[in-house]
Amino acid sequence: MVEDRRLGDAIAYVILSIGVLIVAFPVWLTFVASSWDNPTIINGQLPLYPGPYLFDNYYRILFVGTSGSTREPVASMMLNSFVMALAIALGKIVISVLSAYAVVYYRFPFRMTAFWIIFVTLMLPVEVRIFPTFKVVSDLNMLDTYQGLAVPLIASATGTLLFRQFFMTIPDELLEASRIDGAGPFRFFKDTVIPLSITTIAALFVIQFIYGWNQYLWPLLITTKDSMQTIVIGIRKMIVTSDALTEWPLAMATAMLAMLPPVFVVIVMQRLFVKGLVETEK
Amino acid sequence: MQKNAYFSGLTVPALLLLPQLAITLVFFYWPASQAVWQSFLLQDAFGISTDFVWFENYVTLFSKPGYYKAFVNTAIFSTFVCILSLSIALLFAVMADRQLRGAEVFTTLLIWPYAVAPAIAGVLWLFMFDPSLGMLARGLQSLGIAWNPRLDGNHAMALVILAATWKQISYNFLFFLAGLQSIPKSVIEAAVIDGARPMRRFWTIVFPLLSPTTFFLLVVNIVYVFFDTFGIIDTVTGGGPSGATETLVYKVYSDGKGGSDLGGSAAQSVILLIMVIAMTAVQFKFIERKVSY
Amino acid sequence: MAQVTLTHVKKVYAGGVEAVKGVSFDIPDGGFCVLVGPSGCGKSTLLRMVAGLETISAGEVSIGERVVNAIGPADRDIAMVFQNYALYPHMSVYDNMAYGLRNRGTPKDEIDRRVKEAARILAIEGLLERRPKQLSGGQRQRVAMGRAIVRKPQVFLFDEPLSNLDAKLRVQMRVEIKKLQRALGVTAIYVTHDQVEAMTLSDKLVVMNGGQVEQIGLPADVYKKPASKFVATFIGSPPMNILPGTIDGPGIVALGDAILEARDLRQDLPAQTAVEVGLRPEDVEIASEGEAGSLPFDVEFIEELGATQLFHGQLAGLPFVMQAATDVVAAQAGRIWITIDPDRVHVFDSKTGARLGRV
Repeated sequence: MVEDRRLGDAIAYVILSIGVLIVAFPVWLTFVASSWDNPTIINGQLPLYPGPYLFDNYYRILFVGTSGSTREPVASMMLNSFVMALAIALGKIVISVLSAYAVVYYRFPFRMTAFWIIFVTLMLPVEVRIFPTFKVVSDLNMLDTYQGLAVPLIASATGTLLFRQFFMTIPDELLEASRIDGAGPFRFFKDTVIPLSITTIAALFVIQFIYGWNQYLWPLLITTKDSMQTIVIGIRKMIVTSDALTEWPLAMATAMLAMLPPVFVVIVMQRLFVKGLVETEK
Repeated sequence: MQKNAYFSGLTVPALLLLPQLAITLVFFYWPASQAVWQSFLLQDAFGISTDFVWFENYVTLFSKPGYYKAFVNTAIFSTFVCILSLSIALLFAVMADRQLRGAEVFTTLLIWPYAVAPAIAGVLWLFMFDPSLGMLARGLQSLGIAWNPRLDGNHAMALVILAATWKQISYNFLFFLAGLQSIPKSVIEAAVIDGARPMRRFWTIVFPLLSPTTFFLLVVNIVYVFFDTFGIIDTVTGGGPSGATETLVYKVYSDGKGGSDLGGSAAQSVILLIMVIAMTAVQFKFIERKVSY
Repeated sequence: MAQVTLTHVKKVYAGGVEAVKGVSFDIPDGGFCVLVGPSGCGKSTLLRMVAGLETISAGEVSIGERVVNAIGPADRDIAMVFQNYALYPHMSVYDNMAYGLRNRGTPKDEIDRRVKEAARILAIEGLLERRPKQLSGGQRQRVAMGRAIVRKPQVFLFDEPLSNLDAKLRVQMRVEIKKLQRALGVTAIYVTHDQVEAMTLSDKLVVMNGGQVEQIGLPADVYKKPASKFVATFIGSPPMNILPGTIDGPGIVALGDAILEARDLRQDLPAQTAVEVGLRPEDVEIASEGEAGSLPFDVEFIEELGATQLFHGQLAGLPFVMQAATDVVAAQAGRIWITIDPDRVHVFDSKTGARLGRV
C-alpha cells in the first residue's frame, strides 16, 4: 500500500521487541539463576549472565536431588510427568475419537442424550469438584498410581467436540463411496476417517500433552509418595517459605527442566499447536 | 447437526461411547453430585455423625466475611488480568499483523509462554520479586517502595496479577492474531480508499470486526483466572498474606484440605459450578449470535 | 473527471518476481478501459497500482495532471469496487456508503443527500438500514457501486466486480455498469478475465499476458486484427483455430495440401517459412465441392448450441472447428467443402506468435 510505513514499522518493531523482552526476561533470569551457586543468589548478587555452576546444578538436580525436603532426583519426576502427559493426551484422543464417531456416524436412541452428557463437562474444570473426585479415586485405590493421575483428567468434552466438528466436515459422499466399495463401519473408520483426521489428532495431542504436563492441583492432591511426584509438584516442594532453606539454583534448574518439554513442543510444532488451540476452543 | 449418510445399530455405538461415558460418569457426574449432596450435610466436630442440614452450609458461608473477601479478591484479580492481558495481547497482535519482515519470528517468540505451567510461571515471578533476593524487588526497594508481598496484601495481589497476565498474554495474542488475519484484506483496503487513517481504521473497522474474538477471549480469560491460576496463587502466595490473594477456587481447596469443613467446601464448589455454567451459557448465546452476524 | 496515464509501470515483488513488466498506455477522460487476460497476467496488480494499494516499482501513474506514485489511495480521488465487494459487515448499507464521506469530513446533510441520491440511482433505497449479510449477491454489488458513486471520484476502478454473480445477473449488471458510467461520465478502469465483459464494456481494450500488454485498441479492432496468437485465441468464442502452415508465395499460405489466400500477410517472407494460421470458427463458410479456393473439411461430430451449431473435425488432417447456422444440414460424419474470406485469414510467426501483417 502506498502509505508512509516507516514510522509505524519502527514503532511496531520496538513494541514487539519489548513484548519479547517481557516474555523472555523471567525465563532468562531463571536460566541464569540455575547456573550460579546458592550464596550468590541468596545475597541478592545474581548477575544477568550465566555462571560457572550450570553443569553441576543440572547434574545434581537430575540424578541426585536436593538435600532438602524432596530428595527425589528430577529425572524420575520428569518421567512421571511424561507418563502422565502422554497417558492424558493419548487417552483423550482414543476415547473422544471413538465417541465422536458413534455420535456422528450412527443413529440410535439416546444419541443426543449421550452427546449432551459429554458436552456439559466442556467448561467444568477438575478444580471445581476437586475433593469429591479425590474421594472417588481414593475409594478406587488409585492414589499414587499413574491411572489415578491420568484417568480422571481424560474425561472432558473438548476432544469429542473437536472430532465431531471435524467429522461433520467429511463429505457424506465419502461414506457412500466406501459403502459401494464394500467397506463397513470398521473399515470406513480405519481406512477413511482416521487417515483424514491425522492432523486434527496431532493438533489435539500437542495441546493435551501440554495440558497434562502442566497439571498442578490434581497431582498435588493424589500423589503422596515422592516417587510418584511430577516435576511441577516437585518444584513447589523445593521452594521453602524461608529463603535460607531454598536451594534456589536447583529449584530454578528444575523450573527450566519443567518448561523445556512443553515449550519445545510449542516451538517445534507451532503450526499444529496453533491449529489445535484455535480449533479446540472454537 | 446430522449426517445424511450413517450406520445403524445399537451395540456398536454403545461400545464406542462406553469408555467416554464411563469415565465421565465416574469421575465427573458422581463427584459433582457428591459435591451437591455434601453441601447439604454437616459433620460434627469428631466426624462421627453427619446430619442433613438443608442450606445451613450456604447460610454459614455467606455469613463469613472471608467468603465475601474471596469474591472481592476474585473480582479484582479477574478484572486486572483480563484487562491487562487482553489489551497488551491486542497491541502485540496488531503490531505483528503489519506485514513486517520477521513477523513470524516475533510470533514464535511471543507464543511459547502458553506452554509454561501456571505453577512454574508463579515460581518465576516469585523469584524475581522475592523481597530479599529478587532482582526486581530490589529495584523497587531502591526506588523507595517497601516492597514485600509476604506482608503486604496489595503487593501480593499485584504479584499474582502480573504472573497470571504474563502467562495469558501469549494465548490472547494468538487468538487476536488469528482474528486479525481472518478480516478480509479487501475490507481494510476499501477503508483505506474511503480515506480512513490508520487509527480511525482500527477503531471503526478492525476493532468492531474483532469483537467476536474479544468476547470469546473475555469469557475464556475469566474461566482461566477462576481456575487455571490456582497454581500461580499456590506457589506465589499460598492465598496469603492473611487471605489477601485467596480466590474462590483457592478457598474451596484451603477450606476442604484439612477435611475439617467438607460441607462448606462442597457448598463453595456448587456455587462455582453454577457460575461456570452461567458463563458457558453466555458463551453459547454469543456463539449463536455470531452465526447471524 | 480525469485522464489516466501509465508510463513504463513495473511491479517487482520482494522475491524478485516481475508481475508487471513495463506497461504504458493512457485512458482519455471519461473513457472505459478494460484490462483483460488470464489469471496471473498482472491485470489486477496494475489496477491496484493505480488505486495505490500496491506500490509502483518503476514508472509513473498519473491521474489528471498529477503524478500519484507517492500519493496514498485516499488522496488519489478514486473509488474501487472489489471482487468480493468488501462491504463493512458491521455497518448498515447507509453507513457503508457514508463512511468514506464521513472520513473526509463532509457535512452531515450533504452525506445524506448524496447517499440517498446514489441509492435512488441504484434502486436500493429500501435497503439502507440492512446489514450486508441480509442482502443478495446482486444487492451487495449495488451497494459496492453506491459506495463508489457517493464519493464522486475522478476514476472508478473495478476489480472483477461481477465474477461472484450468477450468469443471468452478470449480464444484467454489466449493462447497468456501462449505463451508469456513461451517465456519470467518469473515467473507468475495469479488470476482468471474461472476454465477453471485456468486449462489451470497453471503449479501450487492453489485453495482457505474462505481465505485458499484448494489444491495446478498440474492441472491434482487437477482434478483427489480433496482434498475436495469444490475443487471437483469448478474444473470441469459440476460440480461433490455429493450424501450422508454411508460406507458399506472397500472400499465400499452405495448410498441408490445401492452399489459402491471406490478404493481410506480409509479402516479404521467403517460401517454406513455417507459420501458424488462425481461422475463426465463425468466419468459415460452406462452399460447394470443387469451388475455387475451397478446402476439404472432414466433419466428425456436431454440437448443437441452439442458435448455431459447431462442426468438429479435421481440416487437411488437423483438428478444426467451424460454426454454422442451424439451417445448414450436414451429415454427422463426412466431407464438406469450406471457404474463408482472405481478409479474415490471420497468420502468426510460429516462434514469437506475433501477427505477420502488412505494415
